[in-house]
Amino acid sequence: MIPINSKITKIVAETPSTRTFFFDYSFEYAGIGQFVMVWIRGVDEIPMALSYKNAITVQKVGDATSRLFEIEEGGFVGLRGPFGKGFTIPKKRENILLIAGGVGAAPLASLAEKAFSEYSYVTIILGARNVDELLFMNRFLQCGHVYITTDDGSAHRCGFVTDVLEELDVSVYDRIYICGPEMMMKKVFDILEKEQALDRAEFSLHRYFKCGIGICGACCMDETGLRVCKDGPVFNGKDLMDTEFGKYARDASGRKKWFL
Amino acid sequence: MVNVTGLRLKNPTILAAGIMGTTGASLIRVAQQGAGAVVTKSIGPEPKDGHNNPSMVKLDFGYLNAMGLPNPSYEDFLPELKKAKQKSGVPVIASIFGSNEDEFRKVAQGLMSGKPDAFELNVSCPHAMGYGTSLGTDSKMVKAVTSAVCEVVNVPVWVKLTPNVTDIVAIGKAAEAGGADALVAINTVRGMAIDIHSGYPVLGNRFGGLSGDAIRPIAIKCVYDLYANMDIPIIGVGGISTWQHAVEMIMAGASAVQIGSGVYEGLNVFFNVSEGINNFLKEHGYKKTEEITGIAHERF
Ligand SMILES: Cc1cc2nc3c(=O)[nH]c(=O)nc-3n(C[C@H](O)[C@H](O)[C@H](O)COP(=O)(O)OP(=O)(O)OC[C@H]3O[C@@H](n4cnc5c(N)ncnc54)[C@H](O)[C@@H]3O)c2cc1C
Ligand SMILES: Cc1cc2nc3c(=O)[nH]c(=O)nc-3n(C[C@H](O)[C@H](O)[C@H](O)COP(=O)(O)O)c2cc1C
Repeated sequence: MIPINSKITKIVAETPSTRTFFFDYSFEYAGIGQFVMVWIRGVDEIPMALSYKNAITVQKVGDATSRLFEIEEGGFVGLRGPFGKGFTIPKKRENILLIAGGVGAAPLASLAEKAFSEYSYVTIILGARNVDELLFMNRFLQCGHVYITTDDGSAHRCGFVTDVLEELDVSVYDRIYICGPEMMMKKVFDILEKEQALDRAEFSLHRYFKCGIGICGACCMDETGLRVCKDGPVFNGKDLMDTEFGKYARDASGRKKWFL
Repeated sequence: MVNVTGLRLKNPTILAAGIMGTTGASLIRVAQQGAGAVVTKSIGPEPKDGHNNPSMVKLDFGYLNAMGLPNPSYEDFLPELKKAKQKSGVPVIASIFGSNEDEFRKVAQGLMSGKPDAFELNVSCPHAMGYGTSLGTDSKMVKAVTSAVCEVVNVPVWVKLTPNVTDIVAIGKAAEAGGADALVAINTVRGMAIDIHSGYPVLGNRFGGLSGDAIRPIAIKCVYDLYANMDIPIIGVGGISTWQHAVEMIMAGASAVQIGSGVYEGLNVFFNVSEGINNFLKEHGYKKTEEITGIAHERF
C-alpha cells in the first residue's frame, strides 16, 4: 500500500516531550499493540504504536519526530498499516497487570481501556522520569489500580517500576503486559523469569525497522530469527529467552549496538 | 536433490539476496523453514545504513524497494556467515558488492574464512549510486569484476544480472567470459511511485526496484533468452511465490529458483513451492527437476 494521506485533525500535548496526533483516518480493525509506519514527507518514515484507533503518541527524539512536532493541525502525514502482531486481549474477569515506562504507555493505555470494558481486573504500574512525563495517567486511572513511580521522586514513589513489581504477588495475574525502554523491560523480564511467569507475559519490542512488512530482515532477533516488525512487535516472554533481548540491538546497517 | 554448480541442494528453492539475510540467525530460520539454500544480504567493503525510509512499499501488483544496500561491512558480517554455515544445514551463498574490481576482491577475500559455498556478485541493484546496475550494464566491467573474484576464491561464482539493459545475453556472456559458474536473473526492475496528494516520490530514494508478481514475465523472458544462448546454468528469480511460478521459471531454463518478495506470504513459501514442484514432477512422470529445465525451448 502507498501511504494513506492522513490529515492531523487534533494535536494534544500530553507531557513536555510527548504529543498525540489525531488523524482523520481511523484504523478500525487494528489490534492493540499493532503499529503504523508514519511517513513524514521529505524526512523519513518511522514506526509508531497506535495510542488510539486514529492516533499516535510521539516522543520527540530526533530528525523525524522533530519535524513531526513542527507540523500543525490541518497538516498531513502518510500512514501505512496496521502492521505486526499486537497484544492478546484478556478474557473476561481475568486479572491483568500492565507495566508501562515512559512513552511505552502509548499502546498500553488502549489495552487498559479495552480490558476494563471487557470486565478484566486491571492493575497498572506506570513509570516515568518525573511527574510531568507520566503519560496517560488519567486513562489508566479510569481502568484500575495505578501504582506510580518516578525516577526523581517528583510524584509518589521515587524509583523504578521494578521496585513495585518486586513487592507484588505476581502469581495472581493471569496476564502481564510490558512496554517501555528495553533495559526496564529486561529487568521486568528477569523478575518474571524468577517467578516463572514468562509464559503469561507479553513484551512490546523496539528495533530498527526498514520495510515494516517482514521482508528485508533488518529487525530480526538473535538467535530465533524472529522479525520484530512481523512476528512481533509483541512477543510472549518465553520467545525472548536466550535471545538478544536486553543485550543488544542492531542499527540501520545491521551492526550490533550493545545496551549499557 | 538438485546440483547447481556443484552445490547439492535438497530442493530447488533458494532464498534471494536481501531478504532476511542480514543475520546468521535469520538465514538459519529460513533454512529450517524449507529453503534448499540461502543467499545472504549483499555485503560490501564498509558499513552502510542504506536509504531513508520509506524503503519498501507493497503495491497491488508487486513491491517497490530502495533499501540502498544497507550492510554491516564484511568484517562485521563474517561472524554471521560463520553462524549460518554452522547451523543452517544448507548451502550458504555470500552475496557481495563493491564499486570496482578491487572492492569486490577485498570483500570476497574477507569473507572466504566464513567458508561460503559460493559467491553471488551483485552487479544489478538498481538504486545504489556507483554500485550494482552502475556496473552491471557495462559488459567490460562485469567481466572485470567477475574475473577479479574468480581469481581469489576457490568456490563457485554466480553473477546476478539486471534486467535494466537492452541485451541481457551480452552481459551474461561477459560474466561467463570472466569465469562465472552460473547466472542469476533477475534483480529488480527500475521503478518509481509518486504520492499524488503531495507530489513526493514515495521512496526515500525517490526511485527503486520493482519485484514480485509484476516482474515475473520479465524474469521468465530473461531466463528464456539466457538459456538459449549460454552454457552455464541459470538460477531464475523474480515474482515467484507459488510452485506454478517456479515450474514456469524452470521450464524457461532455470536450474533452480530464488524467492524474495514471496516471503511476504509466509516463510513456508519454500516448503510449499518445493513440495509443489515435487508433486508436479511425480504426476508428470519426471524424476528430476533437470528434466524440465528449459523444456519450453523444445516446444514450438
Ligand atoms: C514497534 C514500534 C513502536 C513504536 N512506538 C512508538 C510510540 O508509540 N511513540 C514513540 O514516541 N516512539 C515509538 N517508537 C520509536 C520511534 O519509532 C522512534 O523514536 C523514531 O523512529 C525516532 O525517529 P527520529 O527520526 O525522530 O529519530 P532518529 O534521530 O532517527 O533516531 C533516534 C532513535 O530512534 C530510533 N529509530 C530511528 N528510526 C527508526 C526506525 N525506522 N525504526 C525503529 N527505530 C528507529 C533509533 O533507535 C534511533 O537510535 C516505536 C518503535 C517501534 C519499533
Ligand atoms: C527488500 C529487498 C532487498 C533486496 N536486496 C538485494 C540485495 O541486497 N542484493 C541483491 O542482489 N538483490 C536484492 N534484492 C533483489 C532480490 O534478490 C530479487 O532479485 C528481486 O526482488 C526479484 O525477486 P522477487 O520478485 O522474488 O522479490 C532485494 C529485493 C528486495 C525486495
